[in-house]
Amino acid sequence: MSDDKLVGIVLVSHSAEVAASVADLAKGLAGGVSVPVAPAGGTEGGGLGTSAELIAAAAVSVDRGAGVAVLTDLGSAVLTVKALLAEGDELPDGARLVDAPFVEGAVAAVVTAATGADLDAVVAAAAEAYTYRKV
Amino acid sequence: MLDAEFFRRWMAATAASVDREAERLTALDSPIGDADHGSNLQRGFKAVTAALEKDAPDTPGAVLALAGRTLISTVGGASGPLYGTLLRSTGKALGDAAEVGEAQFAEALRAGVDKVMALGGAAPGDKTMIDALVPAVDALGEGFGAARAAAEEGAVATTPLQARKGRASYLGERSIGHQDPGATSSALLVAGLEEAAGE
Repeated sequence: MSDDKLVGIVLVSHSAEVAASVADLAKGLAGGVSVPVAPAGGTEGGGLGTSAELIAAAAVSVDRGAGVAVLTDLGSAVLTVKALLAEGDELPDGARLVDAPFVEGAVAAVVTAATGADLDAVVAAAAEAYTYRKV
Repeated sequence: MLDAEFFRRWMAATAASVDREAERLTALDSPIGDADHGSNLQRGFKAVTAALEKDAPDTPGAVLALAGRTLISTVGGASGPLYGTLLRSTGKALGDAAEVGEAQFAEALRAGVDKVMALGGAAPGDKTMIDALVPAVDALGEGFGAARAAAEEGAVATTPLQARKGRASYLGERSIGHQDPGATSSALLVAGLEEAAGE
């Protein structure tokens, strides 16, 4: 896979600040490769919540044709992405909800995407972050 | 037979009752949720009303699909994708017929409720909107009035339950003793059917 077709990553959180900060953190650990990462945090009005419009716009903005991995925090973020995927035409082809912890999964996804790995590998790396025990 | 006009009246009746009961829904959501259920649904159904006026869909399926899509994109909380999926899936199951029978609608609504259960992973007894919707669908064969009564009963019956889904589930036993806001708003949605039918 060529470098100009990296997997895109969307980070959906109830909080705009959390989504943006985790995006910065993951990009900062990506080793100098510019991975397409977009935060979709909070509501359009700037409050806590989930915005389908922000998620769809973020997914389009990171879509390079190699698929888009969508990571979420909880509750309505998960349900909104699932509902958008069920809709069929709201998210780019090849967009996938990843079952992963938000911060660790985002770092794993972005670092893996930076290597030029395909969507399956990015999704697997993010999901594997669940198995990393801290104690 | 139920035509597109019936389904528009259903959405209008629900928008009106959600508007009327918004404070109560938010008050129910305060002890066990994040105190936004009423205002979220109010915003969502206001947008549904506007979308239906603007696009004027002319089949039952199209009315519900548009309403569902609008809720998903405007609510901002979990009730958006859940109610959105309910209406959109019900609309999809109705196809593009200009009119549908009550039995066909009951079957479509059951398909919609099944999709909601699949989306949120909730089962009856988890203290969610499912506890009002499943009894309502079961009673729909006996008419809209019976469905309304069953949904209201189901909503009240969530009070002694312990929440097993969503934010309220983090509260464990402390969620007991509060009526579930989602089941309460689901009862409003079901009551809207009776109103739309003019019964």
